[in-house]
Amino acid sequence: MTAMSMVQALNSAMEVMLARDPRVVILGEDVGYFGGVFRATEGLQSRYGAHRVIDTPIAEGGIVGAAIGMAANGLRPVAEIQFADYIYPAYDQIVSELARMRYRSAAAFTAPVTIRTPCGGGIRGGQTHSQSPEGVFAHVSGLKVVMPSNPYDAKGMLIAAIEDDDPVIFFEPKRVYNGPFDGDPQKPAESWAGHPMGEVPEGHYTVPIGKAAVVRAGNAVTVVTYGTMVHVCLAAVADLGLDAEVVDVRSMVPLDIDTLAASVAKTGRCLIAHEATRFGGYGAELSASLQERCFWHLQAPIQRVAGWDTPYPHAFEWEYFPGRLRVRRALEALMQVSA
Amino acid sequence: MPLPPDRLLRAYRQMKTIREFEERLHVEIQTGEIPGFTHLYSGQEAVAVGVCEHLGDADWIASTHRGHGHCIAKGCDVTGMMLEIYGRRDGLCKGKGGSMHIADMSKGMLGANAIVGGGPPIAVGAAIACKARRDGKVAVAFGGDGSCNQGTVFEAMNLAVVLKAPAIFVFEDNGYSEHTGADYAVGSRDIAGRARGFGMPAETCDGSDFFAVHAAMARALELARNGGGPSTIEAKTTRFFGHFEGDPMLYRAKDEVARHRETMDCLRIFRARVTTEGLLDDAALDAVDAEVMGLIDRSVAAARSAAPPTAADLLTDVYVSY
Repeated sequence: MTAMSMVQALNSAMEVMLARDPRVVILGEDVGYFGGVFRATEGLQSRYGAHRVIDTPIAEGGIVGAAIGMAANGLRPVAEIQFADYIYPAYDQIVSELARMRYRSAAAFTAPVTIRTPCGGGIRGGQTHSQSPEGVFAHVSGLKVVMPSNPYDAKGMLIAAIEDDDPVIFFEPKRVYNGPFDGDPQKPAESWAGHPMGEVPEGHYTVPIGKAAVVRAGNAVTVVTYGTMVHVCLAAVADLGLDAEVVDVRSMVPLDIDTLAASVAKTGRCLIAHEATRFGGYGAELSASLQERCFWHLQAPIQRVAGWDTPYPHAFEWEYFPGRLRVRRALEALMQVSA
Repeated sequence: MPLPPDRLLRAYRQMKTIREFEERLHVEIQTGEIPGFTHLYSGQEAVAVGVCEHLGDADWIASTHRGHGHCIAKGCDVTGMMLEIYGRRDGLCKGKGGSMHIADMSKGMLGANAIVGGGPPIAVGAAIACKARRDGKVAVAFGGDGSCNQGTVFEAMNLAVVLKAPAIFVFEDNGYSEHTGADYAVGSRDIAGRARGFGMPAETCDGSDFFAVHAAMARALELARNGGGPSTIEAKTTRFFGHFEGDPMLYRAKDEVARHRETMDCLRIFRARVTTEGLLDDAALDAVDAEVMGLIDRSVAAARSAAPPTAADLLTDVYVSY
């Protein structure tokens, strides 16, 4: 085991797969010679060559489309979209081609493409460097959609994604690339060193896609969350001294509804927290699925804390970001309701 | 036709304002007071000003993530911009946009745009509206060498040709698509040639030479305003800073920026020419320098002391609330 940041863990996952599987190639903007704007691919081109770690022009539709063709013709491409906010020119290729390859060819072709992309706020990136678009991909049948919240999961899930025969949209919450973030921007930045999930094996291992993780056990209320918000919610729960169970969804599609529903049935209360806008967001699916399973166990309506239904603003980072205070208030309100 | 001295002085003032705005931001960003990402335009001033000196408030431009220069050249208020970049309530976009998204409709500035290739289709749309209204106005799509590889830009260029829109595509080839060389990422490295492939006239000019850009734009404008449809200007230029502030620029030779500041500084080149030809004298240019420094000082002071937005401002300017 080695102490790694999430960026180092992702780099390690790609290195492991480049070394193990000659079909694996990496492509994207600035990923090769420069090593990626967040350094996730640093050193990989010099070690594995420009034919396997490919710099592309700025052309997201082309990057994803080419990855689909590579996959159809026997490679295992890992495409990086530099910010999730840049992914929309590729949305057509993802929705109309990538997601449908297996179904429309009656499984003659699959599309083993991994699309890595940094998402989320908390870095003052404004409207085009802060979005959390997982919901618009989870809505598309034929895609797997995941978001790890720590280095250990990031490496294990990225290897699982690359080895998966089907397309995986791999969201990386960039606010926790270099350390956990509990929602308090005034506190000095923490590093992953010393955090239990910052201890990462150097070699090959997988964390299966489709499994949620109970990151804190409790009986009074279930907090269902993912990405950066896992750490924010843990801090809010600690602030309140609540006997809360915190579940890291990790995999939006496929969703581990059994783990989530078991927890909510046990506690009878549920708060869903994500950074993405609230209306029509992934939290709406979580809420609907959980009430279908757990309605007769619920002590209170399922509640959501989410981003506001506006573009991500430049000047209001900490009003927009669903921080500890908003999670605390929602939890306090939720605990006061009695059926 | 040579420009009269007052127009020359105005062009110099615009270029100098952009330069000092950016050089000052480069310093102020290090204080940590300015939120967000900033992409500086220093080095490319002659392009924005050479183009926009031809335009009025009723003409349109669409800009890029490296947009401060286009904003200033199009007449956006410098203090309003500084406030916006600082995220202040009285910024041009109430602090909601920031450096990468400054827009000012009153000046025909459709917006800086952090999505590479996001602007050109919008500019073509604005140009089609100009044509529909027969108002004689034009729209300019600014983009970098990086944007010339985006599908949206190709779609915009073809659409402009098909609809004979009064649109002008200005590609500023500063040598780098973010952190990757244009010599690698732009196949053929001939952006004007690509534009001709779409069926529009195109020319390449020295983007460090205000007069070269200005003359190229005059030709493009002549065409656009007389029903001749779109055209393209490819301006060869450089940037004096990184892709974004904080970029260690490991992909550039160590002395490249210093060399370019010596040989490709559009302000120096402009001053040398106008003084050699006796069009303006150093005293007049020095007076502009002093005036601009004062303006930038005042705008930074205003931005630093200006009020941030309140939490209530977060949910204004939306048209659906739940």
